[in-house]
Amino acid sequence: MAKWFESHLPKIVLAPSFIAVLIFVYGFIGWTAWVSLTRSRLLPKYEIEGFIQYERLFDSPRWDTAITNLYIFGGLYIGISMVLGLILAILLDQNIRTEGAIRTIYLYPMALSMIVTGTAWKWILNPGLGVQNMVQGWGFENFTFDWLVNPDRAIYAIILAAIWQSSGFVMALFLAGLRSVDTEIIRAAQVDGIPTWRVYTAIIIPSMAPIFLSAFIVLAHLAIKSFDLVIALTGGGPGYATDLPATYMYAMAFSRGDIGQAASSAMIMMLVVFAIIVPYLYSELRVTKHD
Amino acid sequence: MTDATFSPARRQSALGKTALRWGLYIILALFAVYYLLPLFVMVTTSLKSLEEIRTGDLVALPREITFDAWRTAWSEACTGIQCEGVRPYFWNSVLIAVPGVVISTLLGAVNGYVIAQWRFKGANIIFALMLFGCFIPFQVVLLPMARLLGMMGIAGTIPGLIFVHVIYGIGFTTLFFRNYYVTIPQELVKAAKVDGATFLRIFWSIFLPLSLPIIVVSIIWQFTQIWNDFLFGVSFSQAGTQPVTVALNNIVNSTTGVKEYNVDMAAAIIAALPTLLVYVVAGKYFIRGLTAGSVKG
Repeated sequence: MAKWFESHLPKIVLAPSFIAVLIFVYGFIGWTAWVSLTRSRLLPKYEIEGFIQYERLFDSPRWDTAITNLYIFGGLYIGISMVLGLILAILLDQNIRTEGAIRTIYLYPMALSMIVTGTAWKWILNPGLGVQNMVQGWGFENFTFDWLVNPDRAIYAIILAAIWQSSGFVMALFLAGLRSVDTEIIRAAQVDGIPTWRVYTAIIIPSMAPIFLSAFIVLAHLAIKSFDLVIALTGGGPGYATDLPATYMYAMAFSRGDIGQAASSAMIMMLVVFAIIVPYLYSELRVTKHD
Repeated sequence: MTDATFSPARRQSALGKTALRWGLYIILALFAVYYLLPLFVMVTTSLKSLEEIRTGDLVALPREITFDAWRTAWSEACTGIQCEGVRPYFWNSVLIAVPGVVISTLLGAVNGYVIAQWRFKGANIIFALMLFGCFIPFQVVLLPMARLLGMMGIAGTIPGLIFVHVIYGIGFTTLFFRNYYVTIPQELVKAAKVDGATFLRIFWSIFLPLSLPIIVVSIIWQFTQIWNDFLFGVSFSQAGTQPVTVALNNIVNSTTGVKEYNVDMAAAIIAALPTLLVYVVAGKYFIRGLTAGSVKG
């Protein structure tokens, strides 16, 4: 008995965590998927009715706004963060004496809560006393910078704050990538008289493809889950102009009392993440197996 | 290519190089200003009086430094109907984060040890399933979790929030420890087994003493995650058990009375201080945690 126990101990130790993951991740996803196929409103119902909630979802102008915003937000946030991160990494890679200090400064926003970031930017961007007022005070009376309260511009205010928060992190990823490129090849290229910018565009950047992928995955994942920053900056407003899928889901679940809509919108978010993460995880795990 | 221009251009290129260097430092400095400006504005605004905020410049230093806003933010500001500042919520966050971090790190260490060193059939699949759990958008578990917490009688309580953070934290902590332990040769366990050491003893006296760096990474990661969490906090708390991020949001977005920007900023800095402190003290480990999930070690 003691021997059996000892030999099975590894499995016994792992079991609680594994069971917890099975229930609280996969079981819960199953529950949400199930409920998304019912007519649940304030309370969950369990009779399957087909895709009625998804039809309601795609007919909803508010969801339409949320998805459009996700495209705008995701595209610009990921794109600009990657470009900015890469540029900063390359600039920092030129034997900068104060590199450590600069890196610390660029990266600290990542340690902040999105709610803190949102609070700070909400104050900076508020048209009454923020940047707009300040620049007008310098004599540019006609200067307007009202992104935060302008329904057509508010999503860009969120993008601005989101980039501020995570571009430093992308910089750190790329910097680590630049440092891992084989220095022999670079030196050989320099000996051959190839200009530095060519070394970057022809040798270093192409060899960092996996880092680009990682950065993209992380940013895409952050973009889809974005919730706190929107709540803190605009609360989804003006109106629902800055709703994202995450805020739509939350509004349906906790203020509108529409469980069916909450579940179906959560499932769509899940599927988007799934489409991005699964191929990535698959390739990662396959590589580790090879080692 | 360089033959024709090499020597005459040399001096000019040295000059150009210095100019380039200067340009480089200026650009880097400008970006540093961009990243630091919001923090600077937060700190200076929190030290100004409301009068000065209304009449003054956004980026100007305070003419007269006052800590009134900090006092108000800490113990008087209103979050909805209660006016006790962020202090009680700050302690809520501590009460949630400390057990949440300790339990999830311990579980992660044991799980990682089993998966990396006691490979049994199916261990890789279990790991893949746990890893995937790290990446789900938590919206997909919010509704059933709310119901389950209700059924367990811990809805809206601090133990409820600890439970949620532990459950959705073990995927990451397991990943950290598994990737760390996988680099330790399996011969170590084999040799120890030959010597008669048991599963737990090998963990306790061989692996744990080796694990300090990854324990630090795990603690910092989990602490930052839990402290900065908003989604779980706002979904699963009630008046009195909210974490500091939720309280901060309530203070900033409360619509009653005069908008006290200086108090908002002081409250935001208070909410940010613990994770900022961790970052300043142990930034290296913070970055390791951030990149652990995305870059192969």
